[in-house]
Amino acid sequence: MTATESADVLVIGSGFGGAIAAYHLAAGGARVVVLERGPWLEADDYDHDFKLGSSTTRIFDFTVGDGMSVLTGNCVGGGSVVYFATMPRAPGYIFERQGSIGRRLWPSSLSRDSLEPWYDRVTEALPITKQQWETVPFAGGVWAAACHNAGHTCNPVPAAVDTSLCTNCNWMLSGCKFDAKRSLLLNYLPAALAHGAEIRPLHEVQQISRNSDGGYRVHYNTLHDVDYREQTGNGAIDAKLIVLAAGTIATPVILQRSEPELGKMPDAVGKYFSGNGERLNTAVLNEDRVRDVLGLDRGDGRAYEANQIGKGPVAACWDWLDGTLPEFERFSLEQLYFPPGLGTILTQVADATGPTWFGKEKKEMMRRWKSWLTIFTMSEDDNEGVFGPPPATGNSMRVSQQMFGLGPLRYEPTENTRRGWARADAAVKSILEKDGLARVMPWTSDVVGAYTVHPLASCRLGDDPGTSALDGNHELRGHPGIFVTDGSAVPTALNVNPALTIAALAERAMPAIVRAARQRGIDVRYGAPSPDGDTSARDQASKAIAHLLDD
Amino acid sequence: MEPSASDEEQIKVMTLEAFADTIVPGNKRWPGDRAVAGVSDDAGAVAAGALELLESPAGGLSPWLAGLAAMLNAHAENHAAGQGIELDGTVPAFVSLDYDQRVALVVRLTAWDHPERQGWVNLVMFSNMAFDTGAQMHTVDALAAGHPGLLTLGFAPPDDDGLWRFPDYSYRRQLADLHPATTASGSPA
Repeated sequence: MTATESADVLVIGSGFGGAIAAYHLAAGGARVVVLERGPWLEADDYDHDFKLGSSTTRIFDFTVGDGMSVLTGNCVGGGSVVYFATMPRAPGYIFERQGSIGRRLWPSSLSRDSLEPWYDRVTEALPITKQQWETVPFAGGVWAAACHNAGHTCNPVPAAVDTSLCTNCNWMLSGCKFDAKRSLLLNYLPAALAHGAEIRPLHEVQQISRNSDGGYRVHYNTLHDVDYREQTGNGAIDAKLIVLAAGTIATPVILQRSEPELGKMPDAVGKYFSGNGERLNTAVLNEDRVRDVLGLDRGDGRAYEANQIGKGPVAACWDWLDGTLPEFERFSLEQLYFPPGLGTILTQVADATGPTWFGKEKKEMMRRWKSWLTIFTMSEDDNEGVFGPPPATGNSMRVSQQMFGLGPLRYEPTENTRRGWARADAAVKSILEKDGLARVMPWTSDVVGAYTVHPLASCRLGDDPGTSALDGNHELRGHPGIFVTDGSAVPTALNVNPALTIAALAERAMPAIVRAARQRGIDVRYGAPSPDGDTSARDQASKAIAHLLDD
Repeated sequence: MEPSASDEEQIKVMTLEAFADTIVPGNKRWPGDRAVAGVSDDAGAVAAGALELLESPAGGLSPWLAGLAAMLNAHAENHAAGQGIELDGTVPAFVSLDYDQRVALVVRLTAWDHPERQGWVNLVMFSNMAFDTGAQMHTVDALAAGHPGLLTLGFAPPDDDGLWRFPDYSYRRQLADLHPATTASGSPA
């Protein structure tokens, strides 16, 4: 590198937080460069294959910490490429949460009502659709029927899936071969590219430093396209404004590593991590009871035997999403599929006489895998995760060429968190063991600790500088011109799948980020339509932000 | 066992096979098979390819395997001494333990407070993955070859083009009442 490159805006990460920012800024006229540490794959590149080195491991990270393991996307499009595309809005009471510190954790400017226009924008852009019972796969159906049998409600959950293209193959974690899943590769990112944004895959940010003109320099390493442990080069790009959206378990690590250059970070950087209160239970269904008690039949004599079939989570019980319940005792219970490996290793045998998660009895449980039903709890944890010192590069010490690494996150669940899990476990048991439908066990926490597919809050929004790293406009306290728009900004667990809320917050952040860009000398305007040109959600949202557009 | 393998390699392979067999037990591959304890009637993690997966460059564990095997045998010797178990000196110490004693030791090594637990958990995960997913080979090939783990799960085969599709996937009817506070967007209130 003979000269440092420059851009108006440097976006770190290409998941929801990065892609939405890249689109709006590029469409508004800014020169935008996106650095993404993962590879750039599209539908033809995705594999239905568990082999190490297939898309399953190329685009997915499994980062084991001390007490918390985290599953995340690692590719252009970030989490949207590997997610299950389940997109409910967060319950209204979530925005009033106080956690265990006794005062509101979300910025006073944020509520379900104030976020609705931004939810609408994302809903239009991806798009997200309400799901119908006719397209709910067997696993969601059996969960719904079991909930009904136990006197509970159950809803098909809104999803960013085009069901006319979906084959119910359940390979969603490996990327959607059929482009049925509405990832960012189908909307915001191509629209950003059309407006001149540049996306550079396999560029892993090392640190950020400050330039004398008040702008920033982003230092990166380039990575080998098969062995992510290997660096192939490095470089730096100057920019007037930074959008940091590397993901909840990478954003705080980049900031920690940048502290010697940038100066002191807010105390909340790398603290208050939430695993979204996540927890899994796996039931082994009694096929005869499913037929006799629930009256279910696939039409070919089988009652269920359909664990492998479907499109991730499609049906959820929301009876405990009740704002009158005490905090930490509210949760949703969502049917879920994880493929073998991720979805089998931590499951436990009910009534085991030996070890519950490996050995002879576990092997016998595996023989009934087709009759498994996995239920996903999203409860309210206590934001008790803390990041230790950053690793030399990236956000983990990579063990394998791809996917598997050891990260610096520590998580010791508090009594509040454990209470929520215990209540959710009991609720799942009460539904699925009623009338002998199944035997149920939670996944073990003894192997890798707790786990989450929805890491949140490691660099969070808030009004209190002591417990939040970002102000209400997503700007990093004490570091003007650095904005954080990924899951790390979400202040608390959400009781539901968070992708839509992360995306809506990023949409909401954009007018203020564009204004800041203009103040930093970038010729950019806010007001882009939806990526496919629709304008109705934009026009509705504009009413909420007139004060930001008048400058 | 490859006859050309060095003693050290033989010790490593037998020890890791015995570990993998503890996680997903299988039947003995031949009369006198010592690494596989033989407590199951059909193939387990070893036959499913645990050693191939552990040794694969993609997995990244291969540089650590000889050391882990040596540590495992040292733990097995201590365990045997503590339990008053007499070891058979013709095979590695861990291999000399019967299945229940292997289980007891693995439970201890993977316990939350064991200082080496991460190393043993890595071995557990790869042993499981070999059986549950056959991650050392293409899944289509694994199914065609009768991979014992995928067969045990009843993992359905793909279409002729190697991709999975399930055209019959839904009961196609409403099976529960919706939550009364469901909003127009289909979300909770």
